[in-house]
Amino acid sequence: MSKGPGWAALEELRREVIPEILKAFPEGVRELPTPFEIPQLQAEPGQIRPLAQWLKARGFNMLLDLSAVDYYPHRQGSDRFEVVYHFFAWPQLWKLRVRVPVGGERPEVDSLSDLWPNANPAEREVWDQFGIRFRGHPNLTRILNPDDFEGHPLRKDFPLRGHRDLITDIPLAERNPYQPIKE
Amino acid sequence: MALNLPLPGLSDEPYMLTTVEKFTRWAQEHSMWPLTFGLACCAIEMMALVTPRYDAARFGSEAFRASPRQADLMIVSGRLSNKMVPVIRQIYEQMAEPKWVMAMGACASSGGIFDNYAIVQGVDQVIPVDIYVPGCPPTPDAVLDALLKLKEAVGKGYRKGGVRA
Repeated sequence: MSKGPGWAALEELRREVIPEILKAFPEGVRELPTPFEIPQLQAEPGQIRPLAQWLKARGFNMLLDLSAVDYYPHRQGSDRFEVVYHFFAWPQLWKLRVRVPVGGERPEVDSLSDLWPNANPAEREVWDQFGIRFRGHPNLTRILNPDDFEGHPLRKDFPLRGHRDLITDIPLAERNPYQPIKE
Repeated sequence: MALNLPLPGLSDEPYMLTTVEKFTRWAQEHSMWPLTFGLACCAIEMMALVTPRYDAARFGSEAFRASPRQADLMIVSGRLSNKMVPVIRQIYEQMAEPKWVMAMGACASSGGIFDNYAIVQGVDQVIPVDIYVPGCPPTPDAVLDALLKLKEAVGKGYRKGGVRA
């Protein structure tokens, strides 16, 4: 089975570009092991904007995806969420995943919407569903839920049935109980 | 009923006697035009209603009107999200009376599998519903059956279509 041009491009990325990134950002950016073919980095929240500018200048001219993950209740502190970026370089066919842990009372990262315009709606969606703010975003409003919606539904501690759950007689502790997977 | 008795002042042609209300219901029953309004996957099955295989035109529902002003029947085909509620309310209010609503499928009838924060648990919480069709999705036969039952109810005057009688 041929591995194709994409595979060779990712090998090239691993061999040449990743060391350059780690050299340019010795603090706050590190490579994470991954079982998948796309290499991934972890960046501190303060480093994502300089890193993104560096990547864009290096050839990553496309933001494939911008999303987030909630690791509640496994991680409840300052690394509760991870904002996940997927970058793509055309025509080199490089793909790179960058994960930025954020958390705390008011999770916030820098906006990339002036670097890649498609980050604008994606960041609005992350704000809408996870409640992660994007510093410098021109129009950080809800995009999927109604404007008067309360809460951020993709957070793991959001009641699944929304406000209907809040007017039931079931005590708070018994609503949507978290069931740990037992081996 | 057709009569051949000559009445003073009428011609010798055969004629029928009825009431205005019955005649109106007869007209409403036999030209019930649905609204072109699809919310989700049930709309795919709803589209099959007008194909030659099912052919709702046989029962006077051949024309899916794209304007709520010209439609008589709103087939709510799919799950209704909370964000869609003001839209469906406005469309329902734009429809001229008499107007009927069919909740097509499990989601429109009761929320279906979507027991969550985003979906209305049945469109009857938002607009009055005349007939419910079970299924996920219902077959076009089931929708056609519901349409015939609704037409029968309209013809008999059980369902007045939002008109306060």
